[in-house]
Amino acid sequence: MSAAAERGLFSCGTCGLVSRAPAAPGAACPRCHTRLAFRKPRSIAHCWAYLVAAMALYVPANTLPIMYTSSLFGSSEDTILSGVLYLWDSGSWYLALIVFAASIVVPLAKIIALAALAASVQFGWGSRRAERARLYRLVESIGRWSMLDIFVVALLVALVQLTALAAVRAGPAAPAFGAVVVLTMAAAQSFDPRLIWDDERR
Amino acid sequence: MNRELLACPECDLLQHIPAPRPRKALCARCGAVLYRGGSGPERTLALTLTALVLLALANAFPILTLELQDERTTATLAGAAAALWSQNMPLVALLVLFMALAMPLAELTALAYLLVPLARGARAPGFAAVFRLLQFASRWGTVEVFVLGSLVALVKLGHVASVEPGIALGSYGALMLVMAAIEASFDPRELWARASFA
Repeated sequence: MSAAAERGLFSCGTCGLVSRAPAAPGAACPRCHTRLAFRKPRSIAHCWAYLVAAMALYVPANTLPIMYTSSLFGSSEDTILSGVLYLWDSGSWYLALIVFAASIVVPLAKIIALAALAASVQFGWGSRRAERARLYRLVESIGRWSMLDIFVVALLVALVQLTALAAVRAGPAAPAFGAVVVLTMAAAQSFDPRLIWDDERR
Repeated sequence: MNRELLACPECDLLQHIPAPRPRKALCARCGAVLYRGGSGPERTLALTLTALVLLALANAFPILTLELQDERTTATLAGAAAALWSQNMPLVALLVLFMALAMPLAELTALAYLLVPLARGARAPGFAAVFRLLQFASRWGTVEVFVLGSLVALVKLGHVASVEPGIALGSYGALMLVMAAIEASFDPRELWARASFA
């Protein structure tokens, strides 16, 4: 068997129907009328754009404070990493590992993996297609877990903002980090994994 | 035609699904899930309605309650977003609402909208547009991440104050499980097959 696109067949991204649509531009799926394309339009360019923005924001997301805490005993500020160290020191090493993985390892690994995938397609590397396909699936499924720290900060802020004894405020890393999560998820979704296989026969 | 022709969504390889449909089929070339049989729209609909009730409970009650000296404060999801908003973090507030409330709600509402008429053999107006909303919402909803985030917040504050999990944390936990069950029971291919006869 061969790829659908090689035979001039479209597979619909909405309903999955395989159809031979007319060659006219703006062809639509005969079953659900979604506009058809063989591949996601300008997939690699979109992916790079999201990735570059995510790389730029990854720096403030990890160096600026994500949370300010003030209490009768003084005030402190936390970056993502110092929040992880706090969990570790207070004995919750398992949660420290989870937050470290979700907030620091996953976004960075995701950016590197997607950059490698986009480059591999752009330069037509022919090897390790199955591994790259698996890497893409992994990246797509773990990306959402990076939202973890944003949710933690949101709940801490809500719980501690009104007490007279202590206050927690969100810091400037929070929007930067949220943007990194959204941008890397958008980058993964704009990448079309079918491109990995397109030059297999040539 | 009793052997349905499919193109792999992740590598575009054309393949046939054998006539007695297997429970699950993987792509022969890249290993992506090509096809996964569901357990019928009726069961999916029942799970969807359950999930909507849980989502309502999860937003009506506190997720966490904090007791510090004589003060008691509670956090709901809306309260968390409001607190972020009041601290000049409108984008973060909206992002939290979007991923933990709006997208799960959109996913469940879209499913109910498509499945209720289909159970009576009718096709809902705007079927394809609502289905695309469903696809989008299921990619951006992060209920399971929110549940873990609540647990981390619980432990983190538990070191310095007395924090208790609220009804909403249990509801969000249950919602996470029911949404996983929906994903396992929902077969988009069968939905489209039924819709084209309706």
